[in-house]
Amino acid sequence: MPYRLRDYQAVAAGAALGSVARFLCSLAMLELLGGGFGWGTLTVNVLGSLLIGFYATLTEPTGRLPVGPTMRHFTMAGFCGGFTTFSVFSLETVLLLEQRAFALAGVSIAGSVFLWLSAAGIGHLIAARLNDRRAP
Amino acid sequence: MSLWVANIVLVALGGALGGMGRLWVSGRVERIAGESFPWGILVVNVSGAACIGVVGGLLLSRDTHSAGAFQLWAVLVIGLLGSYTTVSSFSLQTLALLRAGDFPRAALNVVASLVLCLSAAAAGYAAALTLTPGA
Repeated sequence: MPYRLRDYQAVAAGAALGSVARFLCSLAMLELLGGGFGWGTLTVNVLGSLLIGFYATLTEPTGRLPVGPTMRHFTMAGFCGGFTTFSVFSLETVLLLEQRAFALAGVSIAGSVFLWLSAAGIGHLIAARLNDRRAP
Repeated sequence: MSLWVANIVLVALGGALGGMGRLWVSGRVERIAGESFPWGILVVNVSGAACIGVVGGLLLSRDTHSAGAFQLWAVLVIGLLGSYTTVSSFSLQTLALLRAGDFPRAALNVVASLVLCLSAAAAGYAAALTLTPGA
């Protein structure tokens, strides 16, 4: 089924918010930990994966907080999609390789994927537990 | 202060466009390739990585202190391309494959995403540097 205009509107609004949140988060991490490594990108990608894992399970039709498709588009494809970024992660890794920081790049790649997937899994498990605890 | 507001508006505008572009491209790809494997987000992430390699290479090899340099970076790199690609959907889709016990497809999604995105970004970056005289 092709996406409708309101799907695009919801994703545009969520992605605009998510992108600004990523920008501010990256600036904050740059201030806190310095510019030698892309801490900001790692932070947003882990937090965004945690949020999407949590929200997807909590709002599924049998979940504790079922919501409509537009709200799911706004939060998941919109906010989480705009908040996280694979392209900036890729560019930052290429810049590490250009500086011949091969060990750091390798640790960053393996660690990032492990943390992204773990975060999504943890978010899912927390929401699944909340779904189970629902009052009868 | 007004420059701050301008940068945030540029990131938001680029981000809104990038998110809509991701929805459109991933929807088109899924209609053609089906949904047994997350082709849609893979195509989005690889194409976005190639573009950020080119755009990032061109902008970084220029005088980054010139007027408007950060504004271009804000709208194109942080906003448009940053938002077009996504890690959250990649994580959710890989997790879904793992939960379904489909370990080969989950592993393929992880390896293909990393190898293709990093190669695409590196190739785009290298192409941008050869296009830039004196870089």
